[in-house]
Amino acid sequence: MNEVLLKVENLSKIYRSGIAAGGVTTAVDNANFEIKPAEIVALVGESGSGKTTLGKLILRLIKPSLGKIIYNGIDISKLKGRRLVEYYRHVQGVFQDPFSSFNPIFKVDRVFDLIFDSYLKEMKQKKRELIANALEKVMLNPDDVFGKYPHQMSGGQLQRILIARTLLLDTKLLIADEIISMLDASVRVDVLNTLGKLKDENKISVIFVTHDLSLGYYISDTTMIMYKGNIVEMGDTEKVYSNPLHPYTRMLLSVVPTVDRKWEKKKEEELFSLFESGKRRIWNGCPYYDRCPLAMEVCQKKPSLLEIESGHKVACYAAIQSKGSKAEKTFSSENEK
Amino acid sequence: METLLKVKDYKVYYQTLKGHVKAIDGVDFFVRSREVLGIAGESGCGKSTLSNSLINIKAPMIYEGGEVYFDGVDITKLDVNKMRTLRYTKMSIIPQYAMDAMSPTKKIKRIIFDLVREHDRKIAEEEIISIARGRFKEVGLVEYVLNKYPVELSGGMKQRVVMVISTLMNPKLLIADEITSALDVSSQKFTIEMLEEFMDKGYVDSVIFITHDLSVLYQIADRIMIMYAGNVAEIGTTEEIIKSPLHPYTKMLVESLPKMDVQYKKKKLKGIPGHPPNLLNYPSEGCRFYERCPVKINPQKCKLQKPPLFEVKPGRYVACWAYAEGEKGE
Repeated sequence: MNEVLLKVENLSKIYRSGIAAGGVTTAVDNANFEIKPAEIVALVGESGSGKTTLGKLILRLIKPSLGKIIYNGIDISKLKGRRLVEYYRHVQGVFQDPFSSFNPIFKVDRVFDLIFDSYLKEMKQKKRELIANALEKVMLNPDDVFGKYPHQMSGGQLQRILIARTLLLDTKLLIADEIISMLDASVRVDVLNTLGKLKDENKISVIFVTHDLSLGYYISDTTMIMYKGNIVEMGDTEKVYSNPLHPYTRMLLSVVPTVDRKWEKKKEEELFSLFESGKRRIWNGCPYYDRCPLAMEVCQKKPSLLEIESGHKVACYAAIQSKGSKAEKTFSSENEK
Repeated sequence: METLLKVKDYKVYYQTLKGHVKAIDGVDFFVRSREVLGIAGESGCGKSTLSNSLINIKAPMIYEGGEVYFDGVDITKLDVNKMRTLRYTKMSIIPQYAMDAMSPTKKIKRIIFDLVREHDRKIAEEEIISIARGRFKEVGLVEYVLNKYPVELSGGMKQRVVMVISTLMNPKLLIADEITSALDVSSQKFTIEMLEEFMDKGYVDSVIFITHDLSVLYQIADRIMIMYAGNVAEIGTTEEIIKSPLHPYTKMLVESLPKMDVQYKKKKLKGIPGHPPNLLNYPSEGCRFYERCPVKINPQKCKLQKPPLFEVKPGRYVACWAYAEGEKGE
């Protein structure tokens, strides 16, 4: 299977700030990737890495500054009218805060009514049946949902209602932006499992935007690590986690709290490297240059994303240099201890 | 080891028009000096109510009963003025979302000064500022931060400022409520290391660390208390709680955590079905986990009698009838 569902080409989003100063923020910088049908992609990054912007670009909530997003062979910026509606039948988003996605004075049924009003006018007779079907797919009991108000449901349930809503349409790609970061541990897993089930049974692809690497590992097939608008590493989840190549990925993995292992105590000077140093970021240089322990002279020129092993790309000169020599398996070896 | 805080059968309810919400309903625990006690549980389990009520009980919170011994004194019996001098200087709190709660119209310097003065009338301004200056340096903040307004600082910087302010008077007990939840993983780690350093240097004696994230607690806590719907479910050392939980709720909670060797493709994690009970006018009898419990060791008893905290071995407490015949069961 070499099908491609969504292709992103040289995509950039540049925000200008300050009228006189001419300040420029590159929220997404030259992103290139493909998403296959029935693939879960974890888009991992810290706040300000541009992961949400990337999701919004794909949902056409904002316009790209440069580059193209191609869905099923069609450039989405060209879509208008009925064909745009068609696009939204296929590509849908669910966001972080389930409570603010619902209007508290209406019953939750309303989110389904809205979908029927704008997309499924011809199917209104079968409404209840269709909704019940979708709810069962996300492992909710329809009787627990109909006629309830948002405050009567848990965050996890609301989030799954929103996923069920996208299922009424012919969704092929779901942008899930931090959908579980506000949920309790006990219900997080249910939402994640729902995503996994939809992928297996309905062949839906998911872009799972998260800052939590351990959740990304659990659910995704492919992982993309973003830093300051750049994709610094991407590849099969298994490969990225067992053999992280970019120093940023390694740093992230070393600080993820899990119940498998305790943190090593860092020395004070190392600790401050967790933050941005005073060093100026170099224009057109590697975005991680100012924090990187391996920074070299060449890093003042921006590295491009290169394939190191099959299905594993990284944008780092140091990683490319040590290609061939065994890259340290930092994370897995720490795990064994 | 010395006990700094001892809480006995503590009850705090919320007053509403429809009756009482029994947010904290008979909690027993203690905090030793020089330890980190982690408190974890789902949202609505009462962990924030518990910590806020220890510092200040204000409407609609009402004190329903129980004792809280802090340094040997029952603080539930103290008058307003005595409590005011104790608060912040002896026991301090970093409330949830504290970093967004700093007054936007005051400089950091002013915020610190006003706060210290509120609790200690005698201290001079230069003294306060010089302590703050030293502490700021230790957490990697430059001195001119004192002359900034909160909006001029980044999230990580604000969190560090808040931590310095809360510990400025070297409190014996620091209550940290969800201080890592809004942060990136790298800032999370930094914040926790900072807290450990403050303990090493003696700026704080003991810490109650509240979070919904057990994997964070595993990194910092000496002991963990699991709460469920206003009750204590289980107390034990961090290793005991994470590696060999006893209470059915703790077991399911630990099971549901993502681990670095579990993937959906190979093995599916399980959540906890159902949701916590509504605590409005909730009867005090019976186990509150009954509805969701997969064990229900003795259905009749579980439903009608509230399980006390059984001490199954020294320092290990479980509130579940399955452990009634534990080593020291009643």
